[in-house]
This record gives sequence, structure tokens and C-alpha cells, in this order.
Amino acid sequence: MTSVQNKNIDNLLRELTDPEIPVLSIMDMGIVREVETNGKDLFIKITPTYSGCPAMDTIATDIKLKMDAAGYNTTVKLILSPAWTTDWITENGRRELEKYGIASPLDEISDKYALIDGKRIVKCTNCGSTNTKVVSQFGSTACKALFKCEDCLEPFDYFKCLT
Amino acid sequence: MKDKLYEYLLMLGDNSMILGHRLSELCGHGPSLETDIALTNISLDLFGQVRSYFQYAAELKGEATEDSIAFLRFDRDYRNVILVEQPNTDFAHVIGRQFLFDAFHLPLLEQLMKSNDEMIAAIAAKSIKESRYHLRFSSSWVKRLGDGTEESHNRMQEAINHLYPLVSELFRETETEKGMKELGIGADLELIKESFDEKVKTILSEATLEIPAVPSRQTNGKTGIHTEQMGFILAELQYMQRAYPNMQW
Ligand SMILES: [Zn+2]
Repeated sequence: MTSVQNKNIDNLLRELTDPEIPVLSIMDMGIVREVETNGKDLFIKITPTYSGCPAMDTIATDIKLKMDAAGYNTTVKLILSPAWTTDWITENGRRELEKYGIASPLDEISDKYALIDGKRIVKCTNCGSTNTKVVSQFGSTACKALFKCEDCLEPFDYFKCLT
Repeated sequence: MKDKLYEYLLMLGDNSMILGHRLSELCGHGPSLETDIALTNISLDLFGQVRSYFQYAAELKGEATEDSIAFLRFDRDYRNVILVEQPNTDFAHVIGRQFLFDAFHLPLLEQLMKSNDEMIAAIAAKSIKESRYHLRFSSSWVKRLGDGTEESHNRMQEAINHLYPLVSELFRETETEKGMKELGIGADLELIKESFDEKVKTILSEATLEIPAVPSRQTNGKTGIHTEQMGFILAELQYMQRAYPNMQW
């Protein structure tokens, strides 16, 4: 997680969200990798979650608009390396995901158990039961898989582990 | 050297783009909601990878953009293998094409992560995380269909028989690939073939399918000699840019 020295910039960035997961700020998502200031010049590096993520262009534009409006002269650069991992989602981000109805990513090994071996370990975001079943390894977006709870019968998304 | 690197980036990008395009044709037409979403998500990942390759290629070339590279070349200038331009016919063909490509793509990316070219290494490191999911998806479907009903088994075997002769092209080294390998930028196709053969053998055997004893076809998509499929693909892919030059979404 990137720590931003300048509290004002940090607060502004926290108000921006991923358009596909509007509860999650881009800071909690871990996609802001570097923030540098030189007077009013602001340089921000962001990294995509998935390479095809259609939200990245929007996020870059959102950042520029917001920071420019706050009086900065902003340059946003997309970097690929090091590649984003779900480990960069903050604790707060994970809580927000769960509240929103998306189960947060398990560690790499448990993730494989859940997705490949069909182990019932992903917690239902509706009732908390782990009696859940993978429906599809790809959900509404590339970063999610589709699950179904066999206790309360609710379908829900699970944010796949990417390491 | 710069020209060779540019050409190599086209080879990497074009495979992902043409396969991505084929998968995008299935959007809204998949055999079930889950497979439809999965295939279009894979398409999106592939297009994301293509953008990275072409943005880099455009930088090298100058006077080019990712869009001009993607949309404004003629068929002879595309460097994809014939396997990826195969049409979406039976679902077993879609899965077979995906599986054979993924089994090649993963070890390719593993090697490219160690490329001397920092940008290629970064793109590969990013892409490999996604392509692991692709291979998982396609392998599981090969097994499900192969080890399914008699009907699904026969159709999956038929698809493999049909596609397998196109596999050899993936490993037939071109001058460009040889040059890039020697500079430590590109991959060693022989090493990729070892992992490919191993993976295909394992999955097909778990799927109760056989590796067909069919002669390989002398295809040369990598040097721009495509099948008649390519014209149809490009007609659809390029239509908007040709009709409305420099249009933006
Ligand atoms: Zn439940």
C-alpha cells in the first residue's frame, strides 16, 4: 500500500472509486503506486488490476480531473511492473467489498482449493455460511468468480486471488 | 534490431488480438451464460495484453499509434498463427483452440518474464497471472467434454483432430524469433514445446482423448500468409476505423 505524505492529496484520492466497484476507493484497491509532488506539479503512477480492465482509462481521467480541479497540474502514468496483486487490497478495502456483497480474495492456496477442487470455504456475503459452491470461474468481470450459497441460495461474486 | 523487435511485438500481439477477436464474436452467443461470460472475459484480458504490446510497438516505430497498428494493416502484415484465426464452429472447437493456445501461451510468458527487454518482461509478468486462469478454464472444459457423454467425447476428439495439425506452426522458428531469442529478448520455442507437449499429454489423457497421429500442416501465418478466414476477420475488425478514420469511442 502506498502511503501518501501529503494528507490533502491522500484525502482527494480516497474519494475516487473504481467505477466497477463503486464502494472501493482507488487507494484501498492498491492501484495507486506512486505519488510525487514538485510544487503544484503532481505525478501519479497507477497500475491496472487486469490488463484488459476497461476501468483504467476512466480512473486515470478521474484522477486528472479531480486533482487539476484542486489546483494541481497532474500527470497520470500507467505502469505495469510490478504487477498488481490482490494482496494490495487493504483491510478496509476487504471489509468494504464484503459489505458490498463481494467475497474478498482468499490466500493463493485456499483460492485454488475453492476454485479448482470445489472446497466449500468461501464465505457467503449474505448469511456467512461456507456451504458455497463455485458456479463459474469467471463472474461479471474478469477479476471475479461466481458463487452460490447452498444455505441461503443467494448467488454472489468472489474476488479471485491474483498473486 | 529495432525493426526485428517491432516485428516480434506484432507476433506476440497479433496472436492475442485475433484470438481475442474470435472470442468477442461469442459475446451474447455463448452456449450458456457462464461460458459466454468466461470467454468474453478471456477476450478482454487478451485485448488488454494486446494494448500493452502495441503501445510499446507504437513507441518504437514512431508515427504509429496502438490503434493504427491494430486496425490499419493489411492481412499480409499480420503475424498471428493460423490456429487463432480458426472460426467459432462447434463449442468443442472453441475450447480446443483455446486450450492449445493457452498451453503454448503460458510457457511462452514464463520465458518472456525473464526477457532482457524490460517492457516485454513487465507485460509478460502481468499477463501470466491472467493466462493461468485461461488455461485452467480451457483445460477443465477439455476434460468435461472429453470425459463426458459419448457425443461430447466424440466432438471434442474431432475438434482436437481438426486443430492439431496447426500446432506445429507455433514451434516453427522464424528469422525474427531466432534473432530475438539470440538477444535474450524472445523465447526459446524448443523449451516451450517441451512444456506444451507435457501439458497436452496430461490433459488429453485425463480427458480420455487421444493425441491424433495426423501430419502437421505447413502454415505460415507468422510470415503473413493467412487463410481466407483472415479477410473476414479484418473486414469486421477494421470496418469502423476505415469508415471513420481516427474515430474514438
Ligand atoms: Zn448464504
